[in-house]
Amino acid sequence: MMRTNYNVEGGDFTKAGNVASCVKKTLKQLNVNAKIIKRVVIALYEAEVNIVAHAYQGHVTIDIDDQYITMLLKDKGPGIEDIDLAMTQGFSTASAKVREMGFGAGMGLPNIKKNVDELTLESEINIGITLCLKVKLTE
Amino acid sequence: MNEQYTYHAIKVDHNVCYGCTHCMHVCPTNSIRVNNGKAHILIDKCIDCGECLKNCPVNAIYVDQDDFSNIYEYKYRVALVPAVLTGQFPTNIIEEEIFGEMNKLGFTHVYHAEDMAPVIKELINYQISEDTDKPLISTFCPAVVRLIQVKFPLLLPHLVDTLPPIDASAIYYRKLLVEEGIPENEIGIFYITPCAAKIASIKNNLSSSNSNINGVINMSFLYNRIYGAIKNSNSCTTKNPLLSELTQDSIKWSLSRGELSQIDGTGLAVDEINNVIEFLELLENGEVPELDFLELRTCDQGCAGGALLQGNRFLTVERIKTRAKKLKINSFQESYWDKCKDVFNNKACLKYEVKEAKPAVLDKDFSKALKKMERIRDLMCFLPGIDCGACGSPSCQTLAEDIVQGDSNLSNCVFLQRMMEKKRKLHSNHAIRIIEGTWGKDRLDKDCKKKGAKNEDI
Repeated sequence: MMRTNYNVEGGDFTKAGNVASCVKKTLKQLNVNAKIIKRVVIALYEAEVNIVAHAYQGHVTIDIDDQYITMLLKDKGPGIEDIDLAMTQGFSTASAKVREMGFGAGMGLPNIKKNVDELTLESEINIGITLCLKVKLTE
Repeated sequence: MNEQYTYHAIKVDHNVCYGCTHCMHVCPTNSIRVNNGKAHILIDKCIDCGECLKNCPVNAIYVDQDDFSNIYEYKYRVALVPAVLTGQFPTNIIEEEIFGEMNKLGFTHVYHAEDMAPVIKELINYQISEDTDKPLISTFCPAVVRLIQVKFPLLLPHLVDTLPPIDASAIYYRKLLVEEGIPENEIGIFYITPCAAKIASIKNNLSSSNSNINGVINMSFLYNRIYGAIKNSNSCTTKNPLLSELTQDSIKWSLSRGELSQIDGTGLAVDEINNVIEFLELLENGEVPELDFLELRTCDQGCAGGALLQGNRFLTVERIKTRAKKLKINSFQESYWDKCKDVFNNKACLKYEVKEAKPAVLDKDFSKALKKMERIRDLMCFLPGIDCGACGSPSCQTLAEDIVQGDSNLSNCVFLQRMMEKKRKLHSNHAIRIIEGTWGKDRLDKDCKKKGAKNEDI
């Protein structure tokens, strides 16, 4: 199993997407199927931007083993009040400022869910979120 | 459909190469290593972009070319000339004169490579109006196509499905001559290339219809022959008035933004290989907003920056623009496809099908690749991260990859050698032998004739 750790800074949109980009490079070198890479990158990018947009600070742990990539994203932030609502297409809590930057059109979580094989989400109000995503890499 | 990309037009002359690291450090795909004091190109990784050639301080890197006399294998010898050839000549030398000299050199027919640009423009715009993977990426630059094959296979579905104008012109003129009653096997079509990538693309059959071009002539070779002939002649030979309908738009097609400016919809033009790579990374990450079209060119200023061009690329652009102003037709209002369709017969012959290539991976087998990557990460704990290139690989990361692939050793790192010597795991004589293995025997001896030394003689 190969583990890589990344820190994600809340509010730093200039670096949003760096983790997804690194993981993409790794998966390409590992000769993972292009369609699977695309799904991982879309899901991870969304989740990463969520941390930047909503939390103060985040930590991402990427584990790759013989079959799966497991992405554990933990953040310190406001948490999610209504998880079911957040999983609804089109729902967004993003501020006008964030929307101006082209983010915050909603669909973040539903879009993540659509692209991964397993998703678990734990949230504690005013403490943070732990999101765990799993994608099978081998066909 | 997997292709074998085994031919590369870029070669290293080992009699001239003195084993510096310039090419190795600028190579955008990390495909150069130094061994035994000479640069070596890794054929699986090279995209024939020409960066190494442009950066070699002693011109040891050259573009392979067919023997010019090969054109005489054909009774009818057609030259396809891109605008950047004419663009290198002062604007007072008229095109008829340049083409006339080419006739004297042995070509029976001389045509513009961009003549069919208006047809291609129509076909690309048609594809844009359809529902496809956007943005569409131009197939004009063969090094970009190869780059996408090797490093960005996820983006292959974005490539335009139409041939570049050069190939379309080759098909058109071949069919036109056949129509005139010339047997097809007597027609040889030769493209005058400003770069190595087109040669490699044709020789490796990168796209399905490259076989329409029989050979490639290096532009620098031809430029010298033509320029010499014009300088030495005092009469202007305009025996062959040009039949072409080259438009102001078409002549600029190969320059930066030249293609984009004719495309309907939103788009971007990116030139220079490192800019292109940066942009493709963004696109692959899904960080590029919706665009219809991307014009990507390996060389700065498009083909005006080609490795086989003489003189300054900005001046070439300026001269082409000046020449464009003198052309009668700006662009065609009516459909140019309609005008040419009788010769082409069907659109299918202009279809560009890019083949899948061997992508740059650690191992085809996922779990083997994963093991290799873990080993690379282990090795990186020991390597100093200086990226000096003294081991013969361009960076510590690539050295680690080379070690894992069995192509290099940890003791090739000059810094680790010192650590090994300190720990008495390596004898200093052995260390010198390792360095000589990478940089050549006697490389560290005093030599006052080397580049920059007091008796420089290169």
